[in-house]
Amino acid sequence: METRYEQKDAPRAKRGVLTFLALLALLCVMILISAGMGYIHIAPADVLKVILSRLTGSQRHLAGIDKVVPYVIWQVRLPRILTAAIVGSGLSISGVFFQGILLNPLADPYTLGVSAGAAFGASIALLLELPFLGVYAVPLFAFVGALLTLLFVLSISSFEGRIASNNLILAGIIVATILSAGISFIKYVADEQVSVIIFWLLGSFSSRTWIDVFLTFGIVTVGGLFCLYFARDLNVMALGDRIALSLGVQASRARVMLLIAASLIAAGCVAVSGIIGFVGLVIPHLMRFVVGSDNRVLIPASALLGGSLLLFADTITRAVLPHEIPIGVLTALIGGPVFCYIFRKHRRVMIHG
Amino acid sequence: MDRPVFELSGLRFSFGRRVVLDGIDLAFEPGRFHGIVGPNGSGKTTLLMLMLGFYQPEAGQIHFRGEDLAALPKRRLAREIALVPQDFSINFDFSVRDVVTMGRYPYMPRFSAPSREEAGKVTSVLEEMGIAGIADRSVLALSGGEKQWVVFARALAQDTPVLLLDEATSNMDIHHTLYALDRVSRRVRTGKTVIGVFHDLNLAAMYCDRLIFMSDGRVLAEGETEKIFREEMIEKTFGVRGTILKHPLTGDKQVIFRKESTR
Repeated sequence: METRYEQKDAPRAKRGVLTFLALLALLCVMILISAGMGYIHIAPADVLKVILSRLTGSQRHLAGIDKVVPYVIWQVRLPRILTAAIVGSGLSISGVFFQGILLNPLADPYTLGVSAGAAFGASIALLLELPFLGVYAVPLFAFVGALLTLLFVLSISSFEGRIASNNLILAGIIVATILSAGISFIKYVADEQVSVIIFWLLGSFSSRTWIDVFLTFGIVTVGGLFCLYFARDLNVMALGDRIALSLGVQASRARVMLLIAASLIAAGCVAVSGIIGFVGLVIPHLMRFVVGSDNRVLIPASALLGGSLLLFADTITRAVLPHEIPIGVLTALIGGPVFCYIFRKHRRVMIHG
Repeated sequence: MDRPVFELSGLRFSFGRRVVLDGIDLAFEPGRFHGIVGPNGSGKTTLLMLMLGFYQPEAGQIHFRGEDLAALPKRRLAREIALVPQDFSINFDFSVRDVVTMGRYPYMPRFSAPSREEAGKVTSVLEEMGIAGIADRSVLALSGGEKQWVVFARALAQDTPVLLLDEATSNMDIHHTLYALDRVSRRVRTGKTVIGVFHDLNLAAMYCDRLIFMSDGRVLAEGETEKIFREEMIEKTFGVRGTILKHPLTGDKQVIFRKESTR
């Protein structure tokens, strides 16, 4: 008997490693292909040469390549591509944590009203047109709006120092509803700015710069590593607070800490890209089917797949469709039906075992 | 006599304005099976949660092996005290083996896969509990009683000197109930301490060395099961008139009731 189960364990671990390598390869290939796609078509080999010459600082890889190509790749496409991939990763990591902490498979990074808060903040910035903050006005206001909303939701849902999942979800919905009424009002008074606000709310990666790349990379990496450190605690929290404590995990404390970390990641992503739905909801579900529910594996796997998929969606809207449509619309159009499918399948498993 | 595992003195606890426990003084000797019985709302579960450190007492003290429980690091306590709770939920499709492996988390580094030794301990519990064959099945696909069984197995895998059972067999059929408590009893004989809340008085009488009768947040009486498991005690605690018989083979006391015997 014993040997049989040890044998069964080995392929599972191997499958985890293979899945990682496959996802990593997928992301790298996606970046190369995407960087070559667009108004000017560039061969993947040339893309590689440009990246190589940039990283090594030598010009000799660029022999025989048109002078405009390095500029297009390095200054125009890569910042956008990397931002999209990082935001996809960030939203996926955040989604894993929201679902795990709230013990609700339907939770996503926006459950606590982070998106509504960011949208409200961004709308105000767009309405007031704050010239002294330049291009940073919108992301800054969006980020602050998301944080204030988060703190408010946390504070109204805590009773005697404890926060129950259901209270959090309810409080998030209430606050988001109020904020969306506020956004509607801002749109109403915004006159000609209204189209700018609507466009921002739908999300976009167009004209991202390296600064956006570094900002999101910083937030997603720091937040992601912090969350990953507590991945095993999140496993235990799935069995309830009492069992978690008996296994050495103080769920009530971990919950607040991790909610804040996951919301910060989401807020950072939203501030840079606008509101992009369904990534944080669907990716964790997809990956659970492949690698199971152990968050130590699920988190990095979701980050890799989320990066690839959001980059895929952004490449379609940027380089395939005749006109660029907002990325948030596209992810909802792709993610919505996928989620319907998962939802049906998941519930069937729950009912029929 | 060995030093008590738990010493509770002057314990008081309230939920809001409702006093749930008051004036609790108890000592739990090691190597014994302690049972807690009492009507609904008498504070049994709350008492266990205080001993786990899940709630903090409003007044009074809890000492674990002579040390203040609240001051002990949670990670260390996880190697000392395991719990099978009354209710729990599992919302994600962990496999049976995943859940039982969680019992070994307090002994393993955060990111490493189980070592050969740890995996072996998990496997031996899976086999002891007869679930090695479904180890890779998702716990979501199990029935309520089976889930409780897996959660029980996880607590056994934790292999702690102290085990807290809160209605730990409430969803199990009679075969699984007796099997689970037999496995626990065997561990008591090797020196482990078990403290269990029971609704079923006969299970408590059968398995517990000592019994604590609770009512309305207070301890009515405590003592050796043989001495304290009496008809008057049951009537005083539950308001039910029963008849105590001895099992013809083992001599264990059991209580039987007739219809309309509640006061």
